[in-house]
Amino acid sequence: MAIETEPGTIQQPGGADPAAPGPTRAWWMRPAVHTAIIGAVIGYVFGHWLGNLIDTGYPQIQPGGGAPDTNDISIVLGYLFMVIGWLAGLGIFNDLINQMRGKRLPDYQLRNGGDAGLARYFRFTHDHKVVGLQYLVGMVVYFCTAGLFAMAIRTELLSPVNHVFSSSVYVEIVGEHGTMMMMLMTSVILGPFGNYLVPLMIGSKRVAFPRLEALSFWLTPIAFLILLSAILLGGFNTGWTGYPTLSVQAGEGIDAYAFAFGLMGLSIILAGFNLLVTVICYRAPGMRWSRLPMFVWGILGTAVMMTLAAPILVGGMYMLLTDRTAQTAFFVPRLGGSTYLYQNLFWFFGHPEVYILALPGFGVVLELLPVFARKPLFAYKVAAAGIIGVTLLSFFVWQHHLFDSGINPDMRPLFMLTTELISIPTGFIFLVGMGTLWKAKIRYTVPMLFCLAFFFNFLIGGISGVFVSDIPADTTEHGSFFVMAHFHYTIMGGLIFAFMAACYYWLPKMMGIKLNEKLGKWHFWLMFLGFNSTFLPLFAVGLAGQPRRVFEYARNLQTLNDWVSISSFFLGASILIFLINFVWSTVVTRVPALGNPWKSRGLEWQTSSPPPADNFGAVPVVLSGPYEYGVTDGPAVADMNPPVGVLTSALAGPETGSDAARAEA
Amino acid sequence: MAAESRPAGRNGPEASSRPAGPSHGMRIFIMWLVVSVVADLLIGFLLAPHLPPGNMSSSAHDEQDAINIMALMSAPVVTFVLIYFGYALVVWRHREGDEADGPPLHGHARIQTAWITITSVVVLALAVFGTVELWNSHGAGGGEGPAPIFKPPGTVSLTSWSPGAPLVVQVIAQQWRFTYRYPQFGGFETYQLVLPENQWVQFDVTSLDVIHSFWAYQLGVKADANPNVNNVAYTKPSQLGRFTVRCAELCGLWHGAMFDYGKVVTPAQFQSWTASTKSFMADVTRILPAFATTYDPTVIPAFRSGPVMKKLGLTSAGGGFYPPQDPVQP
Repeated sequence: MAIETEPGTIQQPGGADPAAPGPTRAWWMRPAVHTAIIGAVIGYVFGHWLGNLIDTGYPQIQPGGGAPDTNDISIVLGYLFMVIGWLAGLGIFNDLINQMRGKRLPDYQLRNGGDAGLARYFRFTHDHKVVGLQYLVGMVVYFCTAGLFAMAIRTELLSPVNHVFSSSVYVEIVGEHGTMMMMLMTSVILGPFGNYLVPLMIGSKRVAFPRLEALSFWLTPIAFLILLSAILLGGFNTGWTGYPTLSVQAGEGIDAYAFAFGLMGLSIILAGFNLLVTVICYRAPGMRWSRLPMFVWGILGTAVMMTLAAPILVGGMYMLLTDRTAQTAFFVPRLGGSTYLYQNLFWFFGHPEVYILALPGFGVVLELLPVFARKPLFAYKVAAAGIIGVTLLSFFVWQHHLFDSGINPDMRPLFMLTTELISIPTGFIFLVGMGTLWKAKIRYTVPMLFCLAFFFNFLIGGISGVFVSDIPADTTEHGSFFVMAHFHYTIMGGLIFAFMAACYYWLPKMMGIKLNEKLGKWHFWLMFLGFNSTFLPLFAVGLAGQPRRVFEYARNLQTLNDWVSISSFFLGASILIFLINFVWSTVVTRVPALGNPWKSRGLEWQTSSPPPADNFGAVPVVLSGPYEYGVTDGPAVADMNPPVGVLTSALAGPETGSDAARAEA
Repeated sequence: MAAESRPAGRNGPEASSRPAGPSHGMRIFIMWLVVSVVADLLIGFLLAPHLPPGNMSSSAHDEQDAINIMALMSAPVVTFVLIYFGYALVVWRHREGDEADGPPLHGHARIQTAWITITSVVVLALAVFGTVELWNSHGAGGGEGPAPIFKPPGTVSLTSWSPGAPLVVQVIAQQWRFTYRYPQFGGFETYQLVLPENQWVQFDVTSLDVIHSFWAYQLGVKADANPNVNNVAYTKPSQLGRFTVRCAELCGLWHGAMFDYGKVVTPAQFQSWTASTKSFMADVTRILPAFATTYDPTVIPAFRSGPVMKKLGLTSAGGGFYPPQDPVQP
């Protein structure tokens, strides 16, 4: 077959020949979730068989480098081929193979247009809006699953001596809860809202790498299932950190942990890289850095951290897997390895990870605050500087997780300094939030309530972070429930509250449906009070000497622990209200929302809701910043139907482009 | 106090807009001043003596001080933010029928500069305070690795001990038990942790299998126990009594059950206890390897074939519970 040297079509989504034929096969013949499951099953069986084959000729060289009575190789290979089969079943490799065979690629513009039904949400698609909604549903499912594990933990801790679960089951639950929350919730805002809204907010018709974006989503369900499958293998007893030598010594469940975490690391890299390039390269004419919405700034910072930090995680997990299967000894001290190596690798990812979980929250609240305060964002540049500052500093603080570990003890003052420095850019976010509220006209909508609660929770989380960053104080707090309460305040109180604000605020955009306001208020108040009632006492519990991840604790702490457990059930109930509201509003009642129900100036609200397949009829020319509320004589936010010449000259080169935009402004 | 000038900066826009309405900045400032002074007085006088981890040792006392200073510093910040938000949410709420937007304020250079300056000064002051405190308290009870730089006075001898010199206690963690070795008394091992009052103690923390963390709560000592690594922490018990030791790093199934109790006694009692334990444990001590800062259970001469250990059942550090790569439930 001859190689086409001058392809007649531009080989990228959106640029194909409109005359090419669309897909004609029946729905069940086309790749979707059902073929992916078939592929995954075949892949697992093959990989497991291959692993057993390798294992038979593979003598145990050293005890401690993989326990002799386990089946790690066949399990890891089983997972590996399961993922390959899953992706092949989704049709991810079809274009690649077709291109190698010299076939013409299908026209994705047409396919997405013709693929309007519900079925597209079960497919590998190139439409960032479909991927965003896939992410949204996925994240809610993962969050609720991990939340149920949290309920189980609190049930066990109702009593210091009577046990609902055995110690082994309890440690499994703790590990599943922590790992699922930390690895799958990494993209909880960037996945649904980042992917969906960033192109709309910067005036682009597409993201930079639609295939990578869709791949980043489709890795999450399989990572979720692999992580859950650890339970079938006896679970893992290491918590979400997976420290060796415990993880080298542990049973087969840790293979599922390491494989799933590594896989999610890959997904995080892809998701971050795609949005990083999208924000830098795909802004509409006139969308200067000084007009970029704060949400996009938050996503940009997050994407930088994801792209740079997650590879270290993937490397660490890979080394852990080879320690357990190929009998390397990276982390086995008796054989010349070092447990500190793993701790460094893990936390060099793990600390940026914590800010990956905070920055999108900053972005969401700063985006929403001006809308409901009906005022411009106070000190825009300070807000952007805060986000950039957190992004940069987040790479220099990881050893504060190891203050008592004996690693680099002389460096502790330095890491104490960098850790405390990070509260300066975080403080910027509070300055901007408080300045925006000055003489505002605050509208207490449900998203605004979640934003305000974000500031309350993050204040407590941040201040307790200052306690933990001080090494003498940290000696008591390290590894106790104090730390646990601290990061739940920043991650759940920050990120998840921001996620809820984003759901209530942007679902009218994404689905054309407004969530029920009354149920939303019930949800908010139950969640806010339940959350604080759950985690505030845990600071006291930790200071009173209760370490994390224990199933037995001092008898005098039972009252506080019972209070916390009961509150946590109310917190769980509030999430249930959210689910009911979500299903009730989007499936049952389906009351259509107004095109721009919040009277927002954001560019994403200037197109129809939900947006058409190519987002904008014409690429808009941005004329002013998104937060110019109360500015009576300013220009509109963007020219949605710019004259043809403007766009051409903007695309011709940077100089003429900015001139044209300036002339428009 | 640096934080107090923050509301002064807030008065900036107030000055320009005073004719238009009430002095919001002054109101917030006065409320903040009253509440934060009351809060700091309550923390300083009522809460401070009861703050964890108490006063049982020098390091515990230093940690209590550090937590107290942090609380005193953060109370004005927290009260300022909360009072500001509370005020804003009440006073500047949307009124029914008012569809106009708020005033288009894009920033305020003086307030921004003041905020950045003040937060930077506070943060740097905290970092300096933490470093000085770490230095003065000889590591504040935290693990300082194999070659500590923040050391207490006195020279350590590994062969004998007399009151006034630092006492060396090796903490050997394993799933799911702490064993304590006293090298200055012939190197006997025991499950009991007994310390003399008012003497510097040097803990040499290590592990046989996985990462544990030795947390003597009331003494304010926390040091991770890493296999093949020596992690040193210092403290000086200042009160007689019992204290709790817990493992603070997830170490497997029975992590939650890995705790015991130690006690602080007078130096005279301590010396009689060491003498009696030394003679009681002599049989076991004989088969143990010479004292070293790390402990590899696989090189113990009597490992696995040790009928002595099985018979006496007194030590676990030699691998008496199980071989290190294959744990069983105790």
